[in-house]
Amino acid sequence: MCTGRTTLGLALVVLLVGGALAGCGPGTAADGEGTGGTLVVRGSDTLVNLSAAWAEAFMEANPGVQVSVSGGGSSTGFAGLIEGSVDLATASREVNDFERQALIDRGTPPVEHVVAVDAVTMIVHPSNPVRELTMSQLADILTGQVTNWADVGGPDLAITIYSRETSSGTYAFVRERVMGNKDYAASARLLPSTYAIIEAVAQDRGGIGYVGMGYVTDAVVALKVAGDEASEPVEATVENVTSGAYPLARNLFIYSAGEPGPLAKAFIEFCTSETGRAITEEMGFVPPAGGR
Amino acid sequence: MVSPAAGGRGPRRSRRSVRRESRRAEFVLGSLASVSLVVLGLVFFSLLREALPLFRHYPAAEFFTGLEWRPTSVDQRFGLVPLLTGSLLVTVGAAVIAVPFGVAVALFVSEVAPARVREFLKPCLELLAAIPSVVYGFIGLTVVSPLLRDVFGLSSGLSALNGSILLAVMALPTIVTLSEDALRAVPESYRAASLAMGASRWETMVHVTLPAARSGVTAAVMLGLGRVIGETMAVLMVTGNAAQITFDIFDSVRTMTATVAAEMAETPWGTPHYHALFSVGATLFMITFAVNMVADFLLRKEAR
Repeated sequence: MCTGRTTLGLALVVLLVGGALAGCGPGTAADGEGTGGTLVVRGSDTLVNLSAAWAEAFMEANPGVQVSVSGGGSSTGFAGLIEGSVDLATASREVNDFERQALIDRGTPPVEHVVAVDAVTMIVHPSNPVRELTMSQLADILTGQVTNWADVGGPDLAITIYSRETSSGTYAFVRERVMGNKDYAASARLLPSTYAIIEAVAQDRGGIGYVGMGYVTDAVVALKVAGDEASEPVEATVENVTSGAYPLARNLFIYSAGEPGPLAKAFIEFCTSETGRAITEEMGFVPPAGGR
Repeated sequence: MVSPAAGGRGPRRSRRSVRRESRRAEFVLGSLASVSLVVLGLVFFSLLREALPLFRHYPAAEFFTGLEWRPTSVDQRFGLVPLLTGSLLVTVGAAVIAVPFGVAVALFVSEVAPARVREFLKPCLELLAAIPSVVYGFIGLTVVSPLLRDVFGLSSGLSALNGSILLAVMALPTIVTLSEDALRAVPESYRAASLAMGASRWETMVHVTLPAARSGVTAAVMLGLGRVIGETMAVLMVTGNAAQITFDIFDSVRTMTATVAAEMAETPWGTPHYHALFSVGATLFMITFAVNMVADFLLRKEAR
């Protein structure tokens, strides 16, 4: 009887301490900014590899500093900022009204930093002779108006669309920029990762998918895209993205809740520094214009 | 059984203290059993609490009969029908593959196989249940998908059929183990009588043993399928997740489980989309609950 009560008491203590520690979690992450110890970065899947490369170089340059990077999608990063569980959110889209309001309510309005530019690349199977499409042809394909490659100058072959999941920032970007906010065809296959899209398109002679410029491999072919019928089709290259000629480019951001602390500020500056820009290009992205 | 010293109060314990002790044991066991009921109730309650607010923003009729699932569209639509037909198609496909196969294996293990083969085969089959579903998904993605594409001349192997095949394999351990138990429970005298009447072993198996174990086998099938209808990771990876209404097994579908898994993590708390995902979860819960109830009813009929 007596031992039973002791065990119960112990369990209670463990619970309480555990609860208190768990409660501390988000707080310490935010406080870390000031002390220069750790930095928690979360958000866009598009940016996750690039952010990890930046973080690695940044930690090498600043011994004793810990930067942890994770993905999950742009919305995840903003949710983390609102909860206070992350220091910086990476995003492949701008903060939306709902998230901005939540951050303002918290007393820390979001501050935006453009850290890189990404081109969304349309990819097809290497055996597909189609090498270029206009924006309106792309829109017709993705909305399901055109279902055969013959209608856009290709072979008589059914088109299969491979898209990212509905929560992806890239999914929203393509819908807005290419399709004028019309819906994707219901038959579009939604795959959970960029890797899965490349894998699927590489296996499907009639497939078309979209991925970030840095992720294109030899197993698939990237299409040239023309802004409209009159303009020249443009390849997704660093030059064309920087000059603004490639129509499917977008800014990639890091957001902080309020003005960033000293360590977070140093990290953001590092991303667009000479070293940071070299990493950006190495990872297949384009450094932001006007930073040099 | 009880040694005199264990009572601690003397050489013999009074009848009353024994009775009190057994009452205490009953109480402890009873309350432990009711914990599982309470947990079940709480799960259902919290599901409903998060699901019902959807209908303040979105008409219930449109949720249950809507033909489009467009959760992040500019004009949001939360129609359950494509997800429901998706889950249905994959599960029925799995049943068509798993039931004949599973029952045949159960018959073999229980009626035909020599003891040594049975002792080897059963643990092997049960080991199938220990493989994590993400591993099944990976095999589906890299092995089954290219195979289906080449064999059936499809544009892509990411299809309902791929999901059905994986789920069938995952349901096999349950179906085989429980069917075998049901077959073994058929009294030996049935078989002896049938053989004595001049029936062959095959005729005995198909016309006597299997019909006698029918409700147990049905329950085994339902429990196996009840398990796979809630399976998530493997179907998320291999069915292509297109939210379309189709009954073509070679086409892509989006199941209810895959929808919740793919969208939940990035849906802001408290939005209609968030509540809609809980509504999908609650619907799935009720379907699985109903399937298990029917299976349980059949098993109890068998026991009687």
